[in-house]
Amino acid sequence: MSTEPIIAVSRLSKTYDTGFKALSNINLEVRPGEIFALLGPNGAGKTTLISIICGIVNPSSGTVTAGGHDIITDFRAARSQIGLVPQELAITPFESVWNTVSFSRGLFGKPRDDAYLETMLKQLSLWDKKDSNLMTLSGGMKRRVMIAKALSHEPRILFLDEPTAGVDVELRREMWDVVRTLQASGVTIILTTHYIEEAELMADRIGVINKGAIILVEEKAELIRKLGRKQLTLHLQKPLDAIPPSLAKHRLELVEDGTVLHYTYDTQGERTGITALLADLGDADIRFRDLETKESSLEDIFVDLVRNG
Amino acid sequence: MNLRAIWAIYYVEMARTARTVMQSVLSPVISTSLYFVVFGGAIGSRIPEIEGVSYGAFIVPGLIMLMLLMQSTMNASFGIYFPKFVGTVYELLSAPVSYVEIVIGFVGAAATKSIILGIIILATASLFVPIRIEHPFVMVLFLVLTSVSFSLLGFILGIWAKGFEQLQIVPMLIITPLAFLGGTFYSINMLPPFWQTATLFNPVVYLVSGFRWSFYGLADVAVGASLAATALFLAICVAIVAWIFKTGYRLKN
Repeated sequence: MSTEPIIAVSRLSKTYDTGFKALSNINLEVRPGEIFALLGPNGAGKTTLISIICGIVNPSSGTVTAGGHDIITDFRAARSQIGLVPQELAITPFESVWNTVSFSRGLFGKPRDDAYLETMLKQLSLWDKKDSNLMTLSGGMKRRVMIAKALSHEPRILFLDEPTAGVDVELRREMWDVVRTLQASGVTIILTTHYIEEAELMADRIGVINKGAIILVEEKAELIRKLGRKQLTLHLQKPLDAIPPSLAKHRLELVEDGTVLHYTYDTQGERTGITALLADLGDADIRFRDLETKESSLEDIFVDLVRNG
Repeated sequence: MNLRAIWAIYYVEMARTARTVMQSVLSPVISTSLYFVVFGGAIGSRIPEIEGVSYGAFIVPGLIMLMLLMQSTMNASFGIYFPKFVGTVYELLSAPVSYVEIVIGFVGAAATKSIILGIIILATASLFVPIRIEHPFVMVLFLVLTSVSFSLLGFILGIWAKGFEQLQIVPMLIITPLAFLGGTFYSINMLPPFWQTATLFNPVVYLVSGFRWSFYGLADVAVGASLAATALFLAICVAIVAWIFKTGYRLKN
């Protein structure tokens, strides 16, 4: 796999005409063939960043290249490689599915290829609807049409801006399958989502953006390893009124009317402190009937990052 | 040049006309034909000839011009406004298409529709009134220049408009009055001297006059001035469109 980034964003800033500063000095590199998830709360700048890379919004300053081509000075070569599925369901209501994907392919300068479009529509379960008017389709079907339009010109890079927002669980899983198939065929995917589960399941790397700035970019597994916390939960045989002074040195929390003790520890530490805790509990004659451990999810990490960022 | 993209835009726009043939073709043809029947046949028969041309025939170039101005503006403005309205404009902006190509696609389709309508109305008019075309090349030139110029104006309007109401403002409140007061139904020589001078500030006068000259050799202003005014209007529209795309006005900011 090439180590040259397929998307390179350098010192990118955007201030809208209204004076709103949406992006501030963004630096970001996306590797070829990866699924990169961009996470951030509403208004963080995710859509502005994607819109600039795709040519929809003018940057105020900075540079962006796609496949090594500058998006401004070499826009044809840059945009030819990019497919975009925007957040909003934007379709021409009176067109048929076939006509709208044919239009998209033509717009990107690609010669007519009915066989390719047929295969793609079949992959997206749209072939039966190819002659249907877009306004007669369900929301999920329309979302698939948006993906079909983005894929109609065989892009190397696909931007999915909240692709599964508002779709049911079954369709969401189908879309994940489509994304995996695309990645397997060599397409680089940049995904923004509010569903942390989606990023956790799909992404190779995670970028977190907040208030127009990139807070961090990290391998997903590494991110969870670095920032993840584990929690040991002890279900006590007898409830406690308070944590005894002899256990004060441990990071304990008494919850659920004194029947449960939470012990949080760092997975990066050389020692977890669990052995010492259990010994101290025995000395204090505190017995438990069950215990479990839980690793912090990407969602927990994301919330922490945004809150502290 | 991304010719496939130009064709894709052009084809979709022409297909829209085919889907809405009643509204896009039949409606303007019928409404313009009613002018021939009422002003040409009923009232026109009681109006004396104007410089040897019957009143019914005299108003044909002006009526075609009125239709051209309205349809070119409305077709092009709707063509670019609708993708903005439904959100599909993202596709145009993210495609490897230059601004020139986008304009050729939309304006080319709008102008084509207007020219086709102009020809249909000309053919329809010939059924009601006697028509002659003394300068066919100049007639085609005016037909094409006017359609392209006002399609560009419509394109600008479609980008500027923030709602359907604004889309209607220019055709209804500016173009229609200018066309009615621009010599569509009369020669400006019929006006008092002051109004003859005042009318010369109406750009539509030059279009109607030049177009009528190509039919009957009759002109309120010199045909060279008419062509120059049309070319100037075209140049202004091109400059505004270039500025819009350079700055991203109401598209990219």
